Amino acid sequence: MEYSCSAYELKCNECGRRFGNRPLSGCPDCLAPLEIVYDLEAARGTFTRQAIQAGPFNIWRYAALLPIPEGFQPDLPVGFTPLIRAKNLGKRIGATNLYVKNDAVCFPTLSFKDRVVSVALANAQKFGFDIVGCSSTGNLANSVAAQAARLGLKATILVPADLEPAKILNTQVYGARLVRIDGNYDHVNRLCTQIADEYAWGFVNVNLRPYYAEGSKTVGYEIAEQLGWRLPDNVVCPMAGGSLIRKIRKAFNELIYLGLVEDKPVRFFGAQATGCSPISQAVKQGLDYIEPQRPNTIARSLAIGNPADGPAAAKMILSTGGWAEDVSDIEIVSGMQELAETEGIFTETAGGVTTAVTARLYAHGRISPDDITVVCITGNGLKTTDAISGQYREERAVRPRIADFDEYLRELDASTEPELATAGASLAY
Amino acid sequence: MPIKIKVVLPTAFVRHTDGQKQFDSAATNLPGLIADIDQTFPALSTQIKDEGGKLRRFINIYVNDEDIRFLGGETYAFQDGDEVMLIPSIAGGCC
Repeated sequence: MEYSCSAYELKCNECGRRFGNRPLSGCPDCLAPLEIVYDLEAARGTFTRQAIQAGPFNIWRYAALLPIPEGFQPDLPVGFTPLIRAKNLGKRIGATNLYVKNDAVCFPTLSFKDRVVSVALANAQKFGFDIVGCSSTGNLANSVAAQAARLGLKATILVPADLEPAKILNTQVYGARLVRIDGNYDHVNRLCTQIADEYAWGFVNVNLRPYYAEGSKTVGYEIAEQLGWRLPDNVVCPMAGGSLIRKIRKAFNELIYLGLVEDKPVRFFGAQATGCSPISQAVKQGLDYIEPQRPNTIARSLAIGNPADGPAAAKMILSTGGWAEDVSDIEIVSGMQELAETEGIFTETAGGVTTAVTARLYAHGRISPDDITVVCITGNGLKTTDAISGQYREERAVRPRIADFDEYLRELDASTEPELATAGASLAY
Repeated sequence: MPIKIKVVLPTAFVRHTDGQKQFDSAATNLPGLIADIDQTFPALSTQIKDEGGKLRRFINIYVNDEDIRFLGGETYAFQDGDEVMLIPSIAGGCC
């Protein structure tokens, strides 16, 4: 199926200058990030509930408001991930109307990055790039590698050298050229801007970034549609660069503008790890700028010390009446365990951050128990198993005899109760 | 004793430097470098500074791979042979 979308082009966030459609990372005049803007009036006829519901169960049902080239024929069913009612987690943290948007199962590589990459690579092909690349903390690397393989593009991917082994393997398996950089993500990112400057490659988060970032909007569209075409009261979102939280709001605003949902205030809450919390600190101090940090946290996918979208994210959070919080590495592990134990969702460290922050927001009265609150889980725990290794004891093997099994259960009952009381206890957020 | 630092620019800036992607400066700190750019490449100066004369917030300054803010920002004293890079900030990361 071929999709057509509304007219769109690049626009500078700061000075408002427009640039048509081309691979461009920032405004050549004032250096600010560029954003895709649409002819929303023209979209009134095509971006309707009926048209969307007639589409496939993936992000392409929202193609009318995505920046995809004329004649684009997507064949990967990315997105439309579950929005589940999280009653058990809610009970544990004092929430009665809690939902989890579960992108830990997003296709094809188990993180929300699959959404952004599918939009970015559609444009990479349009712009004629044979080689695509990215700087990544892991999930983006996985997604670019997988989708480039399917599209027949070569991929060169740069990551911090200390990345989780599963994320490295999950990039290499698709045949991508993986370059480990001796530095943190901010070092990698800086190098990639220089490479994009020198090489004619399509870097999804550099010169293709405005297109790439728009893929995040589909999280917002899906939340509204899955709630029965209504908006939640609150959204809790992990923040690394600070892009996703803003794009979800953009999606909500577009739905309101086009009359697909009723207008209502939605508060946005950001989640970070204390070991890398520049946006959270800006929110807490009411700053309109970011003090960069040197990341030191197990939540490596959120470990961006100098987030480009940070000032805008902090400003947006405060303007909606929301808040941002950050949690320790111990709380992150506990958050991963709590989400898994209560809702059967195994999330990566970023999801542990989001779950733990959500618990704290309820505990501190930042969110009312009855509010409709959506927690965004953006990646899968199988990629960061090292974060929780050692948390569970290695069981001895039992001989295949019922008497041995009975004995084993008796041993287990005798030994695990006190242990569980300590290890499995919820943290006092 | 005078020092010499190497200043490296992104391609987006070279339209204001007669095509030069790098130049040498004897500036001893960031304010000195900005003053040098004011003098030598006034068009570039206009691009990297806002209406209030401050460096635009979308520009990052690196000294030998390190963000200058971690080195003390404007108080950092350039060392002879330092490589100073001006790089626009970009987005990235998990979300």
